[in-house]
Amino acid sequence: MGWMAWSSVTAIFFLGIAAILICMTIWEIKSPTVERKGFLPIIATTRGDRVFIGLLGSAYIHLAFLAVSEQSVWIAFGISIVWFVSVIRWG
Amino acid sequence: MNLKVKNNKAWFLVLPVLLIVAFSAVVPLMTVVNYSVQDIFDQNSAVFVGTEWYRELLNDPRLQDSLVRQFTFSSAVLLIEIPLGILVALMMPTKGKMASLCLVVLAMPLLIPWNVVGTIWQIFGRADIGLMGAFLNGIGIDYNYAANPVDAWFTVLLMDVWHWTSLVALLCYSGLRSIPDAYYQAAKIDRASAWSVFRYIQLPKLQSVLVIAVLLRFMDSFMIYAEPFVLTGGGPGNSTTFLSQTLTKMAIGQFDLGPAAAFSLIYFLIVLLVSWLFFTTITHLDNKR
Repeated sequence: MGWMAWSSVTAIFFLGIAAILICMTIWEIKSPTVERKGFLPIIATTRGDRVFIGLLGSAYIHLAFLAVSEQSVWIAFGISIVWFVSVIRWG
Repeated sequence: MNLKVKNNKAWFLVLPVLLIVAFSAVVPLMTVVNYSVQDIFDQNSAVFVGTEWYRELLNDPRLQDSLVRQFTFSSAVLLIEIPLGILVALMMPTKGKMASLCLVVLAMPLLIPWNVVGTIWQIFGRADIGLMGAFLNGIGIDYNYAANPVDAWFTVLLMDVWHWTSLVALLCYSGLRSIPDAYYQAAKIDRASAWSVFRYIQLPKLQSVLVIAVLLRFMDSFMIYAEPFVLTGGGPGNSTTFLSQTLTKMAIGQFDLGPAAAFSLIYFLIVLLVSWLFFTTITHLDNKR
């Protein structure tokens, strides 16, 4: 696996993504999702859709933050958490 | 209503695909993410640099300029190829030998490899030996795609239109053929004009096909590499250097694997977002029906 140039930070990142997917699968088995319409425009979404939108939005929040600010990326991470939770809960 | 699934064994059938995707897509993607946060010197020496490459790239005029050029190119491609493809499909014969002939002729540009298309147009546009270049210069137009950015853009766009309008036309043609005759008969009874038939029957029926055509053409034009690389080499200057060429220069030309990996991920995120928007549009349109 040396050629993949793993670092502890990227390992934690991917473990986080894997953990989200595993939790989502268990949640789906325990209580299947039902499409609903939240604050996201136009579309009704399932739980999986909202996780995807939350993750994709978080990636863009990080990129936008890195483009306009010199401050710590942890601020972007905080904003992303708020965004992700909001999309899952009310999206 | 009980939504609980009682038997999940069918999921095992997906396992082979999952494994193939893991090795062909997920593992390389993970490697790119790993590279994007490190300064890679060789296989055994890498230094963690965090988000440095991302900060550097997002403020790099080369990336910004390429991105603007790429969006301009993809938008121009869509604005030309979609209406032209619809027009060609509308004008194509529907029955007989001519219909088959048209289909074969239209399919021909799609069979030519990208780099060969670039070579064809490179020769075709030359002022000394190329049919188009010599003709344009012969009628007094100072045309030189190797020296003039406007000419270079014109040639790259024309080349893409020549190569890919057929795809849009063929998709639209299949969409038009699936409209039942009853619709046209009803329009005839109502004495609908040709425009009304197009506006209220053909265009709505083409909607889903057009979304696929737009998606395919956007994705493909957004990732264009071989054709402009062979035709203009990204020049004159950087005027036809699109995103994939900038990326290749960075990764292979300069061996900057860290910044190139960060660039790839930004590129990937743009493609992912646009694909998702198109996918959502398609499913939303299907649900509305």
